Amino acid sequence: MTFQQDDHALSLAETQPAGNVGRMKILIIEDDLEAAAYLTKAFREAGIVADHASDGESGLFMGTENTYDVLVIDRMLPRRDGLSVIAELRRKGIHTPVLILSALGQVDDRVTGLRAGGDDYLPKPYAFSELLARVEVLGRRKGTPDQDVVYRVGDLELDRLAHEVRRGGKEIPLQPREFRLLEYLMKNAGQVVTRTMLLENVWDYHFDPQTNVIDVHVSRLRSKIEKDFSLPLLKTIRGAGYMIKDDG
Amino acid sequence: MNRFWVLFKSTAVRLSALYILLFAICAATLVFYVTAMSERLLTSQIREAVQQEVDQVQRAYDNGGMNLLLRTMERRARQPGANLYIIAGPSGDILAGNVASVQPGVLDEQGWTSLPFRYQRYSEGGQGKPHMAVANINVLDNGLRILIGRDLGEPEAFRALVRQALMVALAIMGLGAVIIWFGIGRNALKRIDRMSAASKKIMAGDLSQRLPVGGSGDEFDRLSVSLNTMLGRIEKLNEGLRQVSDNIAHDLKTPLTRLRNKAADAIDTPDADTRRVALEGIISESDQLIRTFNALLMISRVEAGSVAAEMSTIDLSAIVADSAELYEPVADEAGLAMTTDIEPGIEVQGNRELIGQAIFNLIDNAVKYSAGAEAGGEVSLRLTRRPDAICLQVADHGPGIPADKREDVLKRFVRLDESRSKPGTGLGLSLVEAVMELHSGKLELSDTDPDAATNRGLAVTLVFPLK
Repeated sequence: MTFQQDDHALSLAETQPAGNVGRMKILIIEDDLEAAAYLTKAFREAGIVADHASDGESGLFMGTENTYDVLVIDRMLPRRDGLSVIAELRRKGIHTPVLILSALGQVDDRVTGLRAGGDDYLPKPYAFSELLARVEVLGRRKGTPDQDVVYRVGDLELDRLAHEVRRGGKEIPLQPREFRLLEYLMKNAGQVVTRTMLLENVWDYHFDPQTNVIDVHVSRLRSKIEKDFSLPLLKTIRGAGYMIKDDG
Repeated sequence: MNRFWVLFKSTAVRLSALYILLFAICAATLVFYVTAMSERLLTSQIREAVQQEVDQVQRAYDNGGMNLLLRTMERRARQPGANLYIIAGPSGDILAGNVASVQPGVLDEQGWTSLPFRYQRYSEGGQGKPHMAVANINVLDNGLRILIGRDLGEPEAFRALVRQALMVALAIMGLGAVIIWFGIGRNALKRIDRMSAASKKIMAGDLSQRLPVGGSGDEFDRLSVSLNTMLGRIEKLNEGLRQVSDNIAHDLKTPLTRLRNKAADAIDTPDADTRRVALEGIISESDQLIRTFNALLMISRVEAGSVAAEMSTIDLSAIVADSAELYEPVADEAGLAMTTDIEPGIEVQGNRELIGQAIFNLIDNAVKYSAGAEAGGEVSLRLTRRPDAICLQVADHGPGIPADKREDVLKRFVRLDESRSKPGTGLGLSLVEAVMELHSGKLELSDTDPDAATNRGLAVTLVFPLK
């Protein structure tokens, strides 16, 4: 895997200031106890409170009784299948965002999972940084101002209606795809988005890009929005992805 | 003997035995029916003949009294093959006639005898074997009883003849049955034996064995052909599996060892910054491993079947345009020009994600292997509709692949670049091939510039069948 060797590169740990994200609470429904223990610990270190249920029935109970920001549900569970847990939660009117984890060997697992009411899907094996980035984006989805016409990060502005990008009042011309890339990054400002998430949301292909293809697009975008400005906004998070954030 | 028992147990033989049994029962019933009918006909003819004589004798008596009656009977009795004639007294004692004795009680009856009866002829002196006859007994007005009868020798002989014929017929049928048993049964048994022998070898692990096919196209052949097709598929899957596990073991051992060594180094590093760098190296190495596993899983998911992948009508032109747009900056950065020639509006039945990933893999390879190549410096994408198929060609001007290595590069983990200096999992083309197989298409490798001395380039063509 190749990384952009640039000056802005941060490691994942540096992006998680304590207290900033500490309020998020998630439920992990996973029957592999070792994996669940690792996930719970890793999420806690990232400032996220994670409860754990080891089968479908107790997961459904906990998901119904308590309030969570995100549910991480394994597809194959004892006592009640993951998809059926989601369906039952939705039937009860609980619309907590759900991320499905799956090790099933089928091409269209993702489609099946999303159809059953899941909001995101991650096939095993996955890197924890990928899971973390997705959970954070899902957890903030409720508060995301989707209806905002203008996204702002520092002095960077993106007008979704006029399809215009300005920085410090000066217009920056972008290609349509570059615009969508920046739009997605700014929609999730302050959060890590992975290369896979970018390929999914900007290009609508759902697989691991494997190579540096996304990095090249991001670096082109970066050169356009940061060329004449001293303050870097678009940061590379080593081993995870990208984040747009105003540190000033 | 054992073989014969097996033969008897075989289905074909059991069926033909049953068939022959039913046939024999029908034949026997028919023969008995015909015999009975013929006998009845014969008996009624005999009765008619006897009745005529009775009438004539009665007429002689009526016209000429006892005198004429005796003369008539005497004359008739002397004729060759004469019937039986008896004149008996009212008490049943024989007064005259050509019969020595009759079964007691017969002469007491009147009209037709109810059953055939026994009698003895003069010539045999009462010692010969009794003969069977039927007769009519007419009582005259003077009390004398006139018996006129006929020997049953003829129907008896007929019945015996029919029975004999039946026996001969049954014997021939039985013989025929045995020949058919051996013909059909032995043949079937031999073929089944051959099939069992082949299956035993297959069970023992020799998956290259095939069941024998006779060539007549009968049920056995059709069964063998289906089973052979199945075996071919199993063998291919099995071979793939074996090869993959070999390659996984081989190809993953190196990065795992590297990972372990890096971790060991990191543990002993006192300097925090150096340790951080080492740990980041470990993460990136692990990510590469995860990618490899994901790619492997993806291939097996695709190979596992068409059942799982959702097929719909997709705009191939748009996917190719997307791919070109996605990779254009990458090519640009590598100092390559990307040219496209995309016929618009080409649609195929397929899975957008998989076809997209296949095309990405091809462009990625093309960029990777033409970077640094002196000639050309161009990656071209061409989507065209031919009369028989839809073709997508991704061509580069890199070193290319010699014709004799082309089959190898489709295998999992095979990379011609022995030094492994280029990044990659060695799984890209395997995935593309699996995707094309899922879409009933194929993957063709050729030279971009067949006439060039070096750097002939690789042109990969995806051929999609027309609906």
